[in-house]
Amino acid sequence: MKVDRRSFLSFVIGGAAGTALSPLPWKLMDDSSIWSQMWPWTPVPPDGEVVYEDSTCSLCPGGCGISVRKVDSRAVKIEGQPGHPINDGSICILGLSGLQMLYGPTRIKSPMKRIGERGEGKWQKISWDEAIATLTEKLTDIRDKGEAHTVAAIAGSDSGTVPALLQRFMTAYGSPNFMRSPSQRDIDEFAVKALFGGNGRTGFDVENADYILSFGSGFVDGWGSPVRMFKAASLWKEKNITVVQVEPRLSNSAAKATRWVPVNPGTEADLALGIAAVLVDGNMLNTRALSGLGSWKGELLSTYATESVSQTTGVSAEVIVDLAKGFAGAKRPLALFGRGKGLVSGSLRETAAVCILNALAGNINQEGGMWAIPEADYIQWPDVATDNLAAAGLEQPRLDGAGAGKFVDARYLTNRLADSVNGGGPYPMQVLLVAGANPCHDLPDTQGVKAAFARIPLIVSFSSFQDETAAMADLLLPDHVYLERYEDVPVGAGLARQMIGLSKPVVSPQFNTRHLGEVLILTAKAMGGSMAEAFPWGDYETCLEETLAEKWDTLMETGVWVQADTDPIADRLQLAGMDAPAVQAEGDVNSFPLLLVPYDSIKLTSGYVGEAPFMIKAVSDTVIKGTDGFIEINPRTANAVGVREGERARLTTPRGEAQVRVHLFEGIQPGVLAMARGLGHTAYDGHLAGKGVNVNELIGPVEDPSTGFDAAWGIRAKLVKA
Amino acid sequence: MSTLDENAKAGMEDHAAHDSDAKESGAGGFIILFFIIGFAASMVLGWVIFPKLLYSQKQQPLNFNHAMHVEEVGEGCEGCHYFREDGSFSGIPKLAQCTECHEEPMGDTEDEAIFVEQYVAKEREVPWLSYSRQPDCVFFSHAAHVIGANMDCVVCHGHIGESEVSRPYEYNRVTGYSRDIWGKNIAGFKKNSWDRMKMDDCAECHKEAGMIHTSSVQTERDACFVCHK
Repeated sequence: MKVDRRSFLSFVIGGAAGTALSPLPWKLMDDSSIWSQMWPWTPVPPDGEVVYEDSTCSLCPGGCGISVRKVDSRAVKIEGQPGHPINDGSICILGLSGLQMLYGPTRIKSPMKRIGERGEGKWQKISWDEAIATLTEKLTDIRDKGEAHTVAAIAGSDSGTVPALLQRFMTAYGSPNFMRSPSQRDIDEFAVKALFGGNGRTGFDVENADYILSFGSGFVDGWGSPVRMFKAASLWKEKNITVVQVEPRLSNSAAKATRWVPVNPGTEADLALGIAAVLVDGNMLNTRALSGLGSWKGELLSTYATESVSQTTGVSAEVIVDLAKGFAGAKRPLALFGRGKGLVSGSLRETAAVCILNALAGNINQEGGMWAIPEADYIQWPDVATDNLAAAGLEQPRLDGAGAGKFVDARYLTNRLADSVNGGGPYPMQVLLVAGANPCHDLPDTQGVKAAFARIPLIVSFSSFQDETAAMADLLLPDHVYLERYEDVPVGAGLARQMIGLSKPVVSPQFNTRHLGEVLILTAKAMGGSMAEAFPWGDYETCLEETLAEKWDTLMETGVWVQADTDPIADRLQLAGMDAPAVQAEGDVNSFPLLLVPYDSIKLTSGYVGEAPFMIKAVSDTVIKGTDGFIEINPRTANAVGVREGERARLTTPRGEAQVRVHLFEGIQPGVLAMARGLGHTAYDGHLAGKGVNVNELIGPVEDPSTGFDAAWGIRAKLVKA
Repeated sequence: MSTLDENAKAGMEDHAAHDSDAKESGAGGFIILFFIIGFAASMVLGWVIFPKLLYSQKQQPLNFNHAMHVEEVGEGCEGCHYFREDGSFSGIPKLAQCTECHEEPMGDTEDEAIFVEQYVAKEREVPWLSYSRQPDCVFFSHAAHVIGANMDCVVCHGHIGESEVSRPYEYNRVTGYSRDIWGKNIAGFKKNSWDRMKMDDCAECHKEAGMIHTSSVQTERDACFVCHK
């Protein structure tokens, strides 16, 4: 039998016929279509029981209620909690991105100690026992030598039980150096103390006001409690009320306002006082709420005459008078202060000027007005019984100079920390504890801050994330993220009422992390003596439940406690801070002909958490493109500099320089450059690191002479085509 | 036509005549034989070998006796496979549900020992292999069928409730899905309603029951998005 060509072809045809009559081709066709529609590597969330768990978001100071959708034990979406008094079901882009922080690759997964050079990123995992023992040993050693005051701590906040435990830890240990990340809260508390004579903060009843005069407050850019402000802005639109935004740049808030008043950068206080002068002059005022006007009246009218204010601010005299008339003519006018998100403290003069406007309008502690809200006082722990070592340490001056001398009324001057450590302070710092803060990215003059950090022998970071400060640390003791822990969240953020939210663990801890409160209690107990006595609680949860006392049940049930009636600090305002000079931008006009002002965006984070990939995706390509950061520039200025849209340029300020690209924008004054704040990270992962420029590297703190706080609103700059 | 061409043509014809002479008796038979061999081989490949190659088998982590559980637990299938408060279907029970009864070993079978030692004691979920899991692109609501249309579990799942041992789990090597979706029969023939769970089978039943969703504006009949969300 010879297999020739014909036999072979016959075999093939037979085979083809047989194959066609077998299920093989038809089944494979079906399978391949299924395979190609559902590749096994396409992520599909596993099926399971769906539950919603309520908690409080603490990614920013806003204090929104959140409802986390879970499938079995995995959180899959964060939504706003319906009916919550702050955000009623709505949520912002940062809150929505929380899961990328919980599950993302930038978490610190276990306690670690540095084994390479500082900042090199070489770490060794250690056990919690070893971590706490290392910290205890070091701290005990320093304390025994009588140098307890050389240990400092920086926290993101000083309200709530966790920061209070850290403060208590420092007190019992014997260090006066507890610090808080700088923000508008500093000047707000200072101004309330100076003007109303008590400890507390301002609150704004924005929902009930019928004329808004905002001095650069980014009401839809993240000012106050951001979601509440978004809702308020919608409400203003619905009610058709006048919203005036005074700002040198056409921000989103300015675009949303009914009227945008472009003002020369840094002259907002002058405009506010100019308006006040018109009100006083025209007797369009209410003196019920203001003490000391009589003696100040003459000075106000002479210094802030409309024409001269117009010269300073660049706002025409007609507009100033028009604003004054609108403000005085409204039933419930309200003026807001705090630039952008309120990330920089700002000057007392500007803050007080806006408060005085509110007082002149007679809206203090009124519906739709500005409130003077006393400090939350639910943390009632017995005083720390300090031993001799602690008492001696607490006698020492603070490293940042707050609370003494000319800064006697300032609580924290964290902006002065770098200078102090770099040689200007009364004594060197030996240990720095950092919790819920990222000073190596967020403090102005980043280079100075990093140089200071390089001098500190031991830095302990409690951060949950691989941020810039953790990268500089020697010991990492990672905290749970907010979705994994219990914590009380007292909300300030300009709310007109006292509120406390409760964060509850919605998922079990994903990694080998520990609650900061727990770590502090354990460390204090390990140190023994008066330290251990100051922390009588078995664990953090017991401490929290005991502290919240009768509020605990309400908080567990509804997630938020709202004070029924606010008892304001005072109804009358005492004039203060008016004699201080205006805060000028650093740098001389000849070498640096332009002005650089940072601006805030709701799409970029402002606290110690970095932007999640979701957020970075939402940032426009006129802010960052690839890894390039942009500055906004008026076309006329661009013409003078000789740069065109998208071109690269070198930006120099007295503090540093950076390569940027330019975006031509009619909504910014000629001679002014604007740069987004929050970018230019060097840590975190590839989604964030190396994108854009950190404006803090280009700007330094400018001290407000009357308070010591950083009041820098910009810096002089030079732009050259690259 | 030139002489050369004519010669060549004549030569070719000669050659052809010679060839056909030699194979007159056997060639046609061979051709048919090869056709049959090819046909038979591909039929064997397609019907017998292919299914064996296409599917792979896994054993369940431990043997599960449905018949006994139905008897012991009562309430029929819903004793374990219940609807949650929000109307979603719980599917295969989670460990927590099993431990309500199985905190300690119940009975002395080998599987019971494995279950308690490996899973209950270690608080590990049992990695059960689901025979009836539809592909990810399919949205299927048990509530609509069991509660809404009052259908019996057996219509789709057969008599699994009466099984005393867990049969091997077979899955498709190409798609990764359970063999029960296409059905045991490789040609796709079925005798019972539970033999197959492909889209056509859904459609067949929906047509019989007169359940036509008219949510599609274009076709005024069953919309793709009813099941393919």
